[in-house]
Amino acid sequence: MTRTEIQQVALAAALLAAAACLPFVSDAYLLSIGVTIAMYTVLATSWALFSGPTHYISLATAAFFGIGTYVTGMGIEHLPYWLLLPIAGLIGAVLAALVGIATLRLSGVYFVIFTLGLAELVRQIITWFQNISGQKGLYVLTAITEEHIYWQLVGLAALVFLTGWAIWRSRLGFAVRILGDDEEVARHAGINTARVKVLLFMVPGAVAAITGAILAPRYVYIEPSIAFTPMLSFQVVIMALLGGTGRLWGPIVGVIPFTFLWEAISGTFPNQTTLLLGLSFLVIVYLLPKGFVGLMQSARNRVNRREGFA
Amino acid sequence: MTKHILGLATVLAMAAGAVSAQETLTIGAVGPKTGPLAGGAAVTYWPNVQLWAHDINARGGLDVDGTKYMVEIVEYDDQTNPAQTIAAVQRLATQDEADFILPPYSTGLNLAAAPIYDRFGYPQVTSTANTGNVADLSSKFPNLYITLGAADGMVGGLVDVMSAMREAGEIGNTVAMVNVADAFGIELAEAARPAFEEAGFEIVYDTSYPLGTQDISPVVRGAKEAAPDSFVAFSYPPDTFALTEQAIIEDLDVKVFYTAVATAFPAYGGRFGAAADGVMGIGGVNAFDPAFQEYAARHEEVTGAKPDSWASAMVYSTFQIYEQAIEGAGSVDKADVAAFIADNDFETLIGTISWDENNNNAAYWTVGQWQDGVYTGIASTGRDGAVDPILKDGWE
Repeated sequence: MTRTEIQQVALAAALLAAAACLPFVSDAYLLSIGVTIAMYTVLATSWALFSGPTHYISLATAAFFGIGTYVTGMGIEHLPYWLLLPIAGLIGAVLAALVGIATLRLSGVYFVIFTLGLAELVRQIITWFQNISGQKGLYVLTAITEEHIYWQLVGLAALVFLTGWAIWRSRLGFAVRILGDDEEVARHAGINTARVKVLLFMVPGAVAAITGAILAPRYVYIEPSIAFTPMLSFQVVIMALLGGTGRLWGPIVGVIPFTFLWEAISGTFPNQTTLLLGLSFLVIVYLLPKGFVGLMQSARNRVNRREGFA
Repeated sequence: MTKHILGLATVLAMAAGAVSAQETLTIGAVGPKTGPLAGGAAVTYWPNVQLWAHDINARGGLDVDGTKYMVEIVEYDDQTNPAQTIAAVQRLATQDEADFILPPYSTGLNLAAAPIYDRFGYPQVTSTANTGNVADLSSKFPNLYITLGAADGMVGGLVDVMSAMREAGEIGNTVAMVNVADAFGIELAEAARPAFEEAGFEIVYDTSYPLGTQDISPVVRGAKEAAPDSFVAFSYPPDTFALTEQAIIEDLDVKVFYTAVATAFPAYGGRFGAAADGVMGIGGVNAFDPAFQEYAARHEEVTGAKPDSWASAMVYSTFQIYEQAIEGAGSVDKADVAAFIADNDFETLIGTISWDENNNNAAYWTVGQWQDGVYTGIASTGRDGAVDPILKDGWE
């Protein structure tokens, strides 16, 4: 590790530790916003780990998330809660690998469509299973509070950042960077691009499933229409894009302002929420195509250039 | 002189203003305005919120131990998303400092919000939640109340009605049963299979179709080929209409024709007119009760739309429980009002509501029927005013 790297890790650890103190200083309302921010930080950061370098837009977040909530919903009566999180992660990773093997060799468009359909596919399978078994919605009645959920999410966020950082430094990360610049070149350099993409895609799959498993106790009642909301996939994409996918810390820069924007819109305009959210999606895509990270970089470049002339 | 009179009038007006200076209660309401359940909420939930606030303010507000409280509604759209319901209830509790929060809409959204109501001590008297798990829920959330009824009660009512018709020799033994493959449809079908068998009915056709199915004709044709005496569909709003439409096209000749959710909607009668006559549906009201008729007229006058003949009245009745509990407790303190709700029975639009040991209202309408252009209750678990069922006689 270089000196700057050590500084960066120390800074990240300090920020996470500060974030973990939120429940001690905030009221219930701020904490619920904290849960939202932590949840989207985890989802958007892991999403960007894959979609940032590969440029494949994944809309599968809702599918993995829903599977995670069902793991908790079905398992809570039979297994200890702590065991459910790794199980959810494992199932998410395996499913992501299967989806990746099936679609990641194809061009991006097929992948996007497939991931969009995946949430609906899984939802229908669960509904079909309920229909033949006569099983009803699941109740998750636990003693887990909002604080517990928040801390688990912050812990998971730390894990995601660590994973992202470790991948970046590994051979896999090197392969990913080349692949991101030019897939053809990567292939000629002897990189098994399909394998790299599948491995990388397993990260957001596992993370989203674990996130779902953590949040299930918050919903109390789990049914397919609640667990698999397609909106979730789009929100994760838009938040990650708002922040920028070029840096590990990029998505969180999008998640925080977007969560407050969302809260402000749904609090102030209860009758036009969806309309205004749609408009803000458009504005973000048109005005900030590279997100806040891109904005900061171009600002820095401009300053540098001016200094060069001086 | 004129000046003096004017001056006096002004003084009097100011004095009157000071005397009747009114307090305001902030009441929260969270429900879907967008998303999959927005349609149902627009018929059953939101107009009642508007009507209830209008009714209270029109009579000068709530009388709390001599002080008049007007109500002010703060409403949020939860987008049919439980995470948004949770956020909105949190916001109402902490940011808007709502004095009371009306129950959310639907089973899932009510239960998602239950921990928040519980934590802040808000009573949650639900009107559209339907659960078979009341014992566990009420021990975990002591301020949660269920009023709408459960699947086995709904199905039990239907089986009883049909059994009585069979004993009277009006219908035969065979039933075609279909259900929408989604939460409530599955639950009803699951309760119905053993109930029909136990009552000695023969299920000659049993199938399901996915939520959102566009073409329902194979289902109805399959049922017709089985030549049943009765047709029972545990359906949702879109397919309730589609199944009826298709039954008319196929001229499905049955003595009992039953569809579930939305049969009690005014739009159902509006769409099918005389052909709806004899159609049975889930839930009901006593449509001939003057109190209901007066409510329906007021509902239409204030909101511009007719109420449905099942859940609308139940939603309004639960709002009345809040109203009566606040006045009865003589306090706007949540804990006092919650205690009052737990300890009392309430005279509401649908009749007396009282609680069993699980904070559950055991008396509700289970089956209704369109008769001469009016949808009214034909079976209940303890409500007054059920009329005798009639046979379905063709689709003309």
